[in-house]
This record gives sequence, structure tokens and C-alpha cells, in this order.
Amino acid sequence: MVNLTINNKKISVPEGTTIMEAAEQNGISIPRLCYLKGLNDIGACRVCVVELEGKERLIPSCNNVVEEGMVIYTNSPKVRMNRKKTVEFLLSQHDCQCAVCARSGNCTLQKIANDLNIIDVPFKQRLERRPWNKEFPLIRDSAKCIKCMRCVQVCDKVQSLNVWDLESTGSRTTVQVSKGRNIEEANCSLCGQCITHCPVGALRERDDTDKVWAAIDNKKKVTVVQVAPAVRAAWGEALGLSREEATIGKIVDALRQMGFDYVFDTTFSADLTIMEEGNEFLERFTKGELKTRPMFTSCCPGWIRFIKSQFPHLVPQLSTAKSPQQMFGAVMKTYFAKSINVAPEDICTVSIMPCVAKKGERNMELFYEEYAGHDVDIVLTTRELTRMIRSAHINPATLTDAECDRLMQDGSGAGVIFGATGGVMEAALRSAYYLVTGTNPDPDAFSVVRATEFGQDAISAEITIGDAKVRAAVVSGLGNTRKLINAIERGDVHYDFVEVMACPGGCSGGGGQPIHDGEELAFTRGQNLYFLDKNNKLRFSHENQDVLKLYADFMEKPLSHKAHMLLHTDHNAWEMPKA
Amino acid sequence: MSRLEISTPNKAQVVVEGLYKDLERRIEASPPGLCPVDMARAFLELCHAQTCGKCTPCRVGLWQLKNMLTDVLNGEATLDILDLMEESALSIMQSADCAIGYEAAHMVYKALAGYREDFEQHIITGRCTCTYNQPVPCVSLCPAKVDIPGYIALVGEGRYADAIRLIRKDNPFPTTCGFICEHPCEARCRRNMVDDAINIRGIKRFAADYAGKVPPPECAPSTGKRVAIVGGGPGGLSSAYYLQLMGHQVTVFEMLPELGGMLRYGIPNYRLPKDRLDDDIQAILDTGVEVKHGLRIGQDITIQQLRAEYDAVLITIGASTDKKLGIEGETADGVLSAVQFLRGVGKKEIPDLTGQEVAVIGGGNVSMDAVRTAIRLGAKKVSIVYRRRIADMTALPAEIEGAIAEGVEVQTLMAPSRIDVDENGHVKGIYVTPQMISKIKDGRASVKPTGEDDIYIPCTTLIVAIGQNIEFKHFEEAGVPVERGRIMSEKYGGFANIPGVFAGGDCATGPATVIKAIAAGKVTAANIDEYLGFHHEISCDVKIPEPNLDDRTPCGRVNMTERESCERICDFDGVENCMTECEAKQEASRCLRCDHFGFGIFKGGREKLW
Repeated sequence: MVNLTINNKKISVPEGTTIMEAAEQNGISIPRLCYLKGLNDIGACRVCVVELEGKERLIPSCNNVVEEGMVIYTNSPKVRMNRKKTVEFLLSQHDCQCAVCARSGNCTLQKIANDLNIIDVPFKQRLERRPWNKEFPLIRDSAKCIKCMRCVQVCDKVQSLNVWDLESTGSRTTVQVSKGRNIEEANCSLCGQCITHCPVGALRERDDTDKVWAAIDNKKKVTVVQVAPAVRAAWGEALGLSREEATIGKIVDALRQMGFDYVFDTTFSADLTIMEEGNEFLERFTKGELKTRPMFTSCCPGWIRFIKSQFPHLVPQLSTAKSPQQMFGAVMKTYFAKSINVAPEDICTVSIMPCVAKKGERNMELFYEEYAGHDVDIVLTTRELTRMIRSAHINPATLTDAECDRLMQDGSGAGVIFGATGGVMEAALRSAYYLVTGTNPDPDAFSVVRATEFGQDAISAEITIGDAKVRAAVVSGLGNTRKLINAIERGDVHYDFVEVMACPGGCSGGGGQPIHDGEELAFTRGQNLYFLDKNNKLRFSHENQDVLKLYADFMEKPLSHKAHMLLHTDHNAWEMPKA
Repeated sequence: MSRLEISTPNKAQVVVEGLYKDLERRIEASPPGLCPVDMARAFLELCHAQTCGKCTPCRVGLWQLKNMLTDVLNGEATLDILDLMEESALSIMQSADCAIGYEAAHMVYKALAGYREDFEQHIITGRCTCTYNQPVPCVSLCPAKVDIPGYIALVGEGRYADAIRLIRKDNPFPTTCGFICEHPCEARCRRNMVDDAINIRGIKRFAADYAGKVPPPECAPSTGKRVAIVGGGPGGLSSAYYLQLMGHQVTVFEMLPELGGMLRYGIPNYRLPKDRLDDDIQAILDTGVEVKHGLRIGQDITIQQLRAEYDAVLITIGASTDKKLGIEGETADGVLSAVQFLRGVGKKEIPDLTGQEVAVIGGGNVSMDAVRTAIRLGAKKVSIVYRRRIADMTALPAEIEGAIAEGVEVQTLMAPSRIDVDENGHVKGIYVTPQMISKIKDGRASVKPTGEDDIYIPCTTLIVAIGQNIEFKHFEEAGVPVERGRIMSEKYGGFANIPGVFAGGDCATGPATVIKAIAAGKVTAANIDEYLGFHHEISCDVKIPEPNLDDRTPCGRVNMTERESCERICDFDGVENCMTECEAKQEASRCLRCDHFGFGIFKGGREKLW
């Protein structure tokens, strides 16, 4: 143990503890801006500086460890003066039009400036204005970037894609897409982790809410919306609702109040995905196609972008099944359109997703009879959903549980856990077991693939189904994914079926989820989804009556010709930058 | 009424003089990788601040150049601005009244000519290709990329053996380099911004002196692969060391009786005591390297044989033949090359020069080694004969000073014209033609004859130290590419058309420094390992201490002291004294820890393995 004094308080902490952690463990909070534990402890912003007795220069508390006998002040006049000056410097190069920023009220710079009672910046302002393609799903506003380097670090260290880098030197040093590329040319997975780790509004998703309002307003359009599983685990965070209060039923209520004509839960098409992907897996597995390389899940568009750019030779190993979002869109514009007797072109399909990559995925084309368009027309993130609720001035406290619309109303607990890492695998195993043996397993029989903490490496398991042994692996986060694929390619490990989610912790930690600076909530939200699964009457995708009816009335059976036309896709139909 | 006054600088001027010194040191420590366009702008601003304001081109023209440069940097210019900039710079160069103006414009002109594509890049893309990718100046300038902040911190904590272990991760010659490395690491040390560069080599020498015997790490399990290395100098032995650690079996072929190459047979004992060189070599041999002495490549063994018998072959034969003066009398008795002379001494075939007059031609480090050796062999008078000035000599200043302190005469601006030979065919003296310094060509001052008569310098031994060559004939015949007397290996050390053969060190680069040869050893070891189908990693598990958080208040640099010259010329013992422990710790505490502070902690601060 190391003994030291912080703000006149004598404390004792283990060797190797940083000054910031030592203070925090003793109830002394030190403000910080760039720091992210384990990811970005580079002392860039200088907001967390502290005074060390006897030393002239201040030192950052985030990356310097305690020493015996240190006497530290975290809030001395000298610290306060420097901290304030530093924040004023940052503000002089930050677009402070907070009233029109998506992060207003959830901005660390804004909070620190407010906390420090900065009401005037004495310096000349210089904003860096750089062009950016506003049609791209990921948007960077150079005038707001404070060069904290978090985006660079999360993309390098967690996602292993190195999309961001510092560029230039001297006063013009800035964060840019690396290697002189534009974002469209970069191998960005669109996972959105840079957005959720940005302390300010420099990075955000393309806001599509106006398009949705216009569609709702358009009398000729029937608006049909779906809500992804992981959204229910997070949406309430931004609206002051507890996890218990923030139900999917209240989202349905809110969406109806906003004027959507039909509201559905993507859990339905998650179940549909299991029927297609599960059967596809059994077919490929039985045929012996997975002897050397596994089949990979295909529901995460960030992962699809990753494999296409980083391991293009493995694309044939992907399941051909569309993601639940795309499947639902296809069903809405065919089966459902027919049932309400509306032409597909008169339907506007909207999806609420925890994800930024879904905005890219929707560009995929759909051809059906006379119709040529898209499965999904507009994709909103969870954050955009909460912004729409706020802009509609709906008081979240007044929302009540409402049911989804008919025809695609059922959703199993297996579909709900799609929003957590391991969920797709677990749901698939539950149904594969039934398909092979004819009996249902204990619904929790495959819980071994669930994460036990945030940021885990790949989890692998050998599952016995009938006479067969299935070697399964589950991984989330693209850095972990790269490690796993390298191990597979080297022949160190072998699997039959691998679930990949681009975001650490799966969709519950998605790049479109509400942002909490310094907190990783994927695991907590995932636990919420497992709770919902546990309490769902229906726990097997293959028992979803509405899915079974869809097959009986329209799709015939899993992997039928029609299912292939509408529910499967060609991953080679579009190009991904390979750099 | 005073008719004249003694002028004293005003207070501001005194401060500015101090700031000039600060700026000089700052420029010294300027890191690599900065945007050259922005640097051109910054230089120009300084130049413009120096203008007196009298003449138009300097007062206004420089300002306009700066405006154009700023527009380029801000992405607010079109390509035609470059022509206008060039014309304007040329005009200022031709019309400004004094050097303040025309030389400032000349800097912009040189920048435009030298890296126009960087200007164009800024204009076309609005972006800069530069990134600050070499954050730790000492490490990035060390050819072998030794973890310098790491071992300095270890020395600061008194962990000398750990310091040696950490150095050996990238350089298996810590002791040797502690004595004689040319320390490119110190050139841009950020500590220059505070006061002066850290004495990095001195700290390394201290660690080597105080660490005691440090065994090398365990070798990886045997791969069964065999590698032949031709030449047991620093490059070959470094490669051998890492290849052994990777589990390959190395055989070194050395034509001379002992290992070390130029370290043993070129560098005199007083600079690098041979028992200390043996410390490094023993640690390398302890990894299990086999050595075959007395075999000369091309004579006793051939490259073809080695290729057939071994899985890979590395050529590290160094540069061990001499360049000739090409003047009359060069074949006379008593005329010899510095390489021959020093090798003889290294082999303990020591000539007696007592009472003789010795002249050494050349101004490089080898020349200094030769004169200082000659002094120690009892010569009555030893002279350096050099065609340029002392300032133009390529030898390290400390070596020149050392030689002068030991009583060597320096005859500068003298070009050898012919050698005087006595009736027995022995050298008697040398005629030299007086030179004067002249125009600067390619950054170096040239000389031309003054027109005076030749001067005669009597000598009974004449040593020629004007450079070394490579014995490439056998390799050329064996199909190894040779150009301008050098073995032309690729950047990775191999050859496009000769799989399994690698080359590095002086024979590939031309005569260079020991640390460059060591770096080549490291590179070739890594690439031979890959070639053999492996990917072994070399790392070091020594934990680097946390940086100390003390203020970095200005503090003088500890320089090494030397033994008194009158005493040291009587023997071949080491000249340089080691730092004391107290000095070493103070020097270590001056390190700014660029691996932790600044860009280093963000990116590129430490490569833990290679």
C-alpha cells in the first residue's frame, strides 16, 4: 500500500493506482475530458491536472501513479486557474452553438465549462471547418472536435480498424480519416463506437428524423415501423425512465402517438431469422461444408462491412440470411402490404435500431414483382427515437404499454436476446436442437454462450445436439473478432458456427444507443434482455405462431424459393472499400 | 558633453539574446516528421521579423510570401499560386538590398524546389500528409531502435542489470556502444529545449560498467534450422545473437583469429578496451553460436557451398580493404593503410615507431585512431595531413581534440602531391600542396591550390586513412548484385533473386557506424526468421519504471572526463573515465521521458517486441 495525502486527507491505496483513481476511491472527484479507463489515458486535455506539493508544474492525474508521501491538491487555486484556462482554450476552438447540437445536455465539455462557471471566453475563436459528406451515415463536425483522441483509440484498440488518425502537425493538427482517405473510401464498419465514445458532438449519426416526420405527414404513405430488441434496454436512459419503466410497450405507445400507422417489434423477424439461419446452418453443417471454416452469422451489418473489407475471402462463409431488420422490411412490403391491400411503394418502412451501420445496410435493394426499392426506407438510432419523442413533446411518464400490430405480433424471448452478445447463437441453438431432435431443450440449456462481463474475448462452447457435436463461438467487438478469425485461419481453433457482433457486448452496446460518457452499459442492458427472455411466455423462435403463419400463408417453408428471394441476400452485391 | 558613448545593450536586447539561444536549442531538438510547408512558413515569419524595413522586397515581399504560404496551409489557394510564390521569391532574392531579405526568400525558394509536391498536396486535397509518427526522438534516431528512455529510467533506479537486458532486446553490444557509439540518439534530444541533450552514451557506459555479468536470455526451442554468417563483426554477431535466441543454429565464419571485426581490429584498445568488447562477445557466444576461424570466403569456402549446406546465409564481411591515394610513391616501404596498421596492432603485431616521424593522411575517425595509436607506439612526431580545415573533418570533435591533446600536429589545407622515397625504396617524406578554402559545393566547402610551392613533410611511416572498400569480387562472381563497390541488398537485407541469402552492415551500406551494423543485424535476423518460416518475437520482460514527476529544472549535462594526456599516451588503456554513480543518477533524472510525456504515450512511445 502507498500512503499519500489528497486535499489534506490521508489515504492509503495499492501500489500502481493512478492519482485519479486514488482520489476517486476516497470520494474526491477530479474532472476529466479525454480520459477513458484502459482506452485513453494519454493526458491530452489537461483538465485532470493536479498540484503536487513542492512541484512547479501540474501533472495529469489520469496517467501518473501514486508515490509514497505524495501531497496532492486537486482543487487548489493553481489547479483551478489552470483547469479553467485549459477549458477556455478548448472552447476557443469549439463550436459552442450548444442550442443546436445533438449532444447538448449530454456533452462533457459543456458540463465542465458549466461546472467551472465559465460564462465568457476571453480568447479569439478559431473553428476548423472541413467538408464532410452529409449523406454518409457517420458525420464528423470538425468545428466541434476537441482532439481528445478517443475516436482514434477506440477504433485502433477496440475495433482494430484504424479509421481515425491525427493528421498534420503544428497548429493545424487535427483528427481526420487516416491515411489521407475520405470516410467513404475508408474501411469504416460504421459500428459507431467512435460516436458513443466522443465526449462532445463532433461525431454523430446522420439525423434522419425529418425524413420520418415527412413520411408520417405524407397522407399517401403508410408508415410502418419496427423496433429492434436492444432499443428497449436503453431508450429510457435518455428520457429519465428506469429500466423497469422503459418497456417496449411504451415505445409502441410513443410511436403511435407520433403518428405511425403500424408498429412492430423486430423480435418477430429475429425469430424469422432463426428459422432461416438455423435451417441454413443445419443444412451446411450436415453437408459437411463447415469442416474447415465455420458459418458466420450475418445479422450485424458492422460485421458484414468488416469481413468484406478485412477478410474478403471469408465472405462465402457468411450465412446468406438477411438481418432481422431487412427481413422485416421485406415482409412488410410483401406479405403485410398484401394483407392491408397497399402497394409496396406506398409503404414507408422505418426501423429503430441501436446501430449506425443499419443506416448503411438499408441501402441494399429489394426487388419483388413490380416493386424495386428497399426493404427498409429509413433507419433511426435509439438516440434519434428519443429525440423524436422529445420533439413531439410526449411526456415519457404518461406512456402506457401498448401492443404491436397484428399479423407480425408474436416475438419470443429468443428473439429478444438478439440484442446481447451470444443471443443469436443461443436462440439458434434452441431451435436447432428442436429441429434435430424434435423436442425442445431447456430454454436456458445454452446459457454458456452468454457474456459474464463487458469486454470479454470470444466465448466458445461445444454443444451436443442429437448425435452431433456443434462447436460454437461467440465474439463481440471487431478487435476480438480479428483475433478470433486469425486463430481460425492459423488453424489454432476450429468452429462450426460463429456469432459475431461488431460492437462490444453486442447491440445493447451499439453505436446508436444513448451515450453515457465513461460508462460501458452493454452488459447491464444485456442482462435486462435476458431478464425479458426469462419472463417471456414464448422462448423458442420456432414456436412463434405469427412466423409459422407467415410460412403457411406466404413463404412456404424455411429456405423455400420465395424465402431465398425475400429473406436471403447476396453479400457480394455491393462493394466495400478494402483498404 | 560626451563625444562618444560606450554602448550597452538594453534590457530587452539582453532577454532576446537569451531567447535566441533558447531557439537554437529548440531547433536542435526539432522532431522529425513535421509538416515542411508549415515549417517554411514558420521560418519565414522569423526571417521577416528580422527585416529592418528599409527595402521593399524584404519588407513587403516576404509578407506576401507568408500570406501565400498561409493560404496554401489553410487550403485556400489554387495551384497557380506556386508559380507566383516562386517568381516572388526569385524576385526578392534578386532585388533585396541585404542578406536578411535575399536569404529569407532563398529559403522559400529552396523549399518550393525541394518539396513542391507537399505544397501541391495541401492545395489539392486541403490536407497534410504529415503525422507526428516519431514521438521519442532518441529512439527514432537510433538505427537499432534501442529503448533509451526505458534503460535510462532503469539506471535512475539503480537497476543496472535490467538496463543491460533491455538494451540487449535491440542491441547485443551494450558495453561496446557504451564506449564508442556515435550516439545519433543524442542529436535531437528534447532535453535540448531545456538545457542540453542527455548524455545517453555515458549512461549506457555506466550501466555496462556497473551491471556485472548479465547472462543472455534463454533461447527458444531449437528449430533445426542452420544459418551461416560470413564475418564476425558487430553486424554478423548481432544477427547471430538474435537468430540463436529464435532457436536457429548459427555458424559464424571469421577469417581473423578472433571475433569482433573492426571493433577488435580497427578501433584501438584505448577507445574500446578489448576485455570489455569480450564481455559483449561472450554473452553473444553464450547463446550457442558456433564459430569457424581462419576461413576466408571465396578462398577457403564459397557462397555456393554455404547455400547448399545451410538454410540461410548472411554476408556481413564489413569494409576492410583500403582506398588508395593514387599518387606517386604509394607502393614504397613504410606506406601503409590505416586498416593494415590498426589491424596489425589489433593482432598484437606491434610495430616499433620509437623516434620516428609519422604522417597520417585523412580527417576521419580512422585517421584519429591511427595518429593516437602511433603516438602510443613511441613516435617522435605524428602529423595529420588534411586537405581541408579542422571544421571540415568528419571525425568526431572529441576525437580530434583528444588527438591534439596527445600532441598530434595537424597540418590542414595540405593536399598530398607525391611521396618521397629513399634509395632503399622506403618512404622519406611527403610533398603536399597548400590549399585555400573556397566555394561551398553541395553543402561542403571545397578547396583550391593557393599557388604556393609544395611543402615537404618528412616521415618514415606514412599512413593512408582516406576510406575503406569492400572485398566484393567473390560475391559478384557468385551472382550477388554489386554496385559502386557495395553489395546491393534490398531494404529487408535480402536479394530479390537469391532466396535465402542476406547481407548487411558496412558491406551493404559502405563504411558506417557500429550501431548501423547492429541495426542491420537485427533486421536481417528478423527477416531470416521469416524466410525460414517462423515468426519469433524478441522481447524483454523488464518492467520500465514509472517516470519521476519532478520539475525538469535546467541542469548541466554530465560530460565524460578523460585520463590526463601525458599519462594515457604511455599505454593503450581506456582513455575515458566512467561517470560516478551520483553523476549517472543525476544524468538519468534529466531524461524527459518522451515515452510517457508528449505524443509517446498516445502512439509510438514503446515497441515492446519486434
